[in-house]
Amino acid sequence: MREFAELVMKLGSSTKTNDKLEALMHYFNNADNKDKVWVIAIFSGRRPKRAVNTTQLATYCVELVDLPFWLFEESYHTVGDLAETIALLLPGNENAPNTSKPLHLYIEQLRDLEKQAEEIKKQFILKAWKEMNFAERFVFNKLITGGFRIGVSQKVIVNALAKTINLDSSVIAHRISGNWDPSTITFDELLSEHSLNTDFSKPYPFYLAYAIEEDVSQLGDPKDWQAEWKWDGIRGQVIKRNQELFVWSRGEELMTEKFPEYHSLAQVLPDGIAIDGEIIPSVDQKPLPFALLQTRIGRKNITKKQLQEVPIAFFAYDLLEYNGEDWRDRPLEERRSQLEEVIAATNHPSLIISPIVPFSNWEELARLRESSRELGAEGFMLKKKQSTYQVGRKRGDWWKWKIDPLTIDAVMIYAQKGAGRRSNLYTDYTFAVKDGDKLIAFTKAYSGLTDKEFAQVDAFVKRNSLEKFGPVRTVKPELVFEIAFEGIAASNRHKSGVALRFPRISRWRKDKTPEEINTLEDLKQLLEVYGK
Amino acid sequence: MPLIEFTDKGLYCRAGDFYIDPWRPVDKAVITHAHSDHARWGNKYYLCHHDTRPILQQRLGPNTYQDIAWNEPVYMNGVRITLFPAGHIIGSSQVRIESNGEIWVVSGDYKIENDGISGQFEPVKCHSFITESTFGLPIYNWKPQTEIYTDVQNWIRKNQEVSKTSVLIAYSLGKAQRLLHPIAEVTDKIFVHGAVYNIHMALVNAGWKLPAVQRVTPETSKEELKGAVVIAPSSAEGSPWLRRFAPYEIGICSGWMQVRGNARRKNADAGFALSDHADWNGLLQACRETEAECIYATHGFQAVFTRYLNEHGINAKEVKTEYGDDELEPAELKLEED
Repeated sequence: MREFAELVMKLGSSTKTNDKLEALMHYFNNADNKDKVWVIAIFSGRRPKRAVNTTQLATYCVELVDLPFWLFEESYHTVGDLAETIALLLPGNENAPNTSKPLHLYIEQLRDLEKQAEEIKKQFILKAWKEMNFAERFVFNKLITGGFRIGVSQKVIVNALAKTINLDSSVIAHRISGNWDPSTITFDELLSEHSLNTDFSKPYPFYLAYAIEEDVSQLGDPKDWQAEWKWDGIRGQVIKRNQELFVWSRGEELMTEKFPEYHSLAQVLPDGIAIDGEIIPSVDQKPLPFALLQTRIGRKNITKKQLQEVPIAFFAYDLLEYNGEDWRDRPLEERRSQLEEVIAATNHPSLIISPIVPFSNWEELARLRESSRELGAEGFMLKKKQSTYQVGRKRGDWWKWKIDPLTIDAVMIYAQKGAGRRSNLYTDYTFAVKDGDKLIAFTKAYSGLTDKEFAQVDAFVKRNSLEKFGPVRTVKPELVFEIAFEGIAASNRHKSGVALRFPRISRWRKDKTPEEINTLEDLKQLLEVYGK
Repeated sequence: MPLIEFTDKGLYCRAGDFYIDPWRPVDKAVITHAHSDHARWGNKYYLCHHDTRPILQQRLGPNTYQDIAWNEPVYMNGVRITLFPAGHIIGSSQVRIESNGEIWVVSGDYKIENDGISGQFEPVKCHSFITESTFGLPIYNWKPQTEIYTDVQNWIRKNQEVSKTSVLIAYSLGKAQRLLHPIAEVTDKIFVHGAVYNIHMALVNAGWKLPAVQRVTPETSKEELKGAVVIAPSSAEGSPWLRRFAPYEIGICSGWMQVRGNARRKNADAGFALSDHADWNGLLQACRETEAECIYATHGFQAVFTRYLNEHGINAKEVKTEYGDDELEPAELKLEED
């Protein structure tokens, strides 16, 4: 456990990607093979099941250190991380000998603990804490609470593995994707071709695009480029192998069960195929707002009514595998025409080809882009017709060309301390628009300010808080911000009646007073135009 | 009328007609320590400890100063004023006020652990105790300073191995001096920022024996800086002034580094939770040992701290003051160079 804890601490504190890479390589070169498999699993989001809930953990901790629970909560709001809060509160153990067990043993024990009685869970946790130092306790708690966000991307993990075992990083990315069980697979199996032959569900790593910053005319001859609408759904892969259907999200979650609409594709699609596209609610081939998709995901049982009101389609735009053959190195043009054929032959109501938008020059395309929002799109994807299907986010051949966001001016009314690198700073805000002489909260936003601006707002909140509700401060409504967002939908869960898509702060309007902000009426007009 | 009132100018003793660490100009000010949020400009008279005076003079220029020793009484309108060590920085003192048998103590900022230069914090029995609460949460419990010094020393050695400069961010008054001895055990190449240098020289001229330092100037060569240590205030963080030290690693010395997120936010290569303030247990210990009937908690987590004290049978109230968060450098000490 100590090596793993040291790795996590090093990754969390180093500021240079190269140092992180080295720390990971050092770990992969030296650690126990079983531990390594778990490290790959944890950093790619494959967390072991939660055996003990966070309230239980917090309770064991306050009992042990004899503190009132409210004080634990206050501490937690300042630290912003439950695992770290507990590690900080537990009595020091720094000079204790290294008595902890290997990482995989703790994980296996945690897994076996799930069905045990509460008292056994408690004794296990207390004993484990006793064996560990601060860093180990932190990562141990983190294993239980989840969310190992420690400033290292999957890309860095993949690169470190690639360097350690001398394989191309795109090969590694593919091998560690998909459905594998870290408690049964060995390190060698995971990274060899073995996994491709035994896991029929395995998706390909997604090819992602950056937003284009320069003028699109710089891309050259329009004839070399293909434009598609950029949809606001969940990026996904539909795979059929061995007569079985698998639907993956970009977050590498197997979502097959969530979308009964797709199930009959297992009968009509040819075997040995992988299609890249967008999981999106749609009626008559036209997409519905993302907010509706959210009513479908996260739900175990889907009602007939939901299936009727929010039917899910798959807007296909790329073909990665055909006849059991990897097509990613073929040019987009070739993949696309084969894809069109397959979809036409399949003739399934939920499998729709994402249309290509014809254009003869960039000015024309810019004009067409203006109609994105009416069509339920967020702009264009621009793809070179000769492009291969690459791994991860790459510049050059694919670009996102999004429309400008919608904006509204609002006043901050609540603030809460952030987490992670924003711990102990008021960085999470709730904003309101005017409704007559009242203020109506309509959105939260967490990002968009510089560190310096956050520090200024934090100081304002500390001086101007009116009331305290748990971790939330009500703040004198004085600071005005421009809120940008990608879409708007009706919502009866929000007092304002609207829900925004991806809201963030676009700038601090120091030039505006709270009297000059937008109104609820303005929001409703936006809903009328773009949200129906 | 209580012996000390909380007014818009600061803590006021009506019976003696003086203020303690006032934040607006007044006639008579008793100063706990020389940090700029406690010792402000514009008072007509300053009373402080012997060791505080040279720093006040360096910072505030010529004024009417009176300096006294610890436990050496001064009377104002019959009110007895004495100072006791607070252990925060050089010269830092608690202020004890006695009038007609009633005793109040203003802690200023303090820490319990003896850092070897600031004096050992001394609990003073009183009826009312006004305490700081900068780190008034149980997540703030410091490691013994010797362990932190070892961490700092190991970090410097590691940087030396790869010929990197170790830049330590530390408050120019207090932590900068406190770090000198542990650093001097590893290297005699200690460079300091101008703000640190000015305070250093004021102390040396007042007779303090501190390890030798060199001021960073435009003439300081790359060769000299290889493997050296540089001490700079937090205003230097992220500034172009740091570029001359490349390749360097940056380590921040502050109690706030206790929480990982703070260190990550600052983009530091290393964070050392070294504080000149009392930690949670230190605050509790100090409050208990005064045996005060009433605790007034100010600047910091006063709401949490007073609630906890009240639940544990100690009568406590929160009060608002305008002291800053002096684990971070105040704006006043901006870069004098560049």
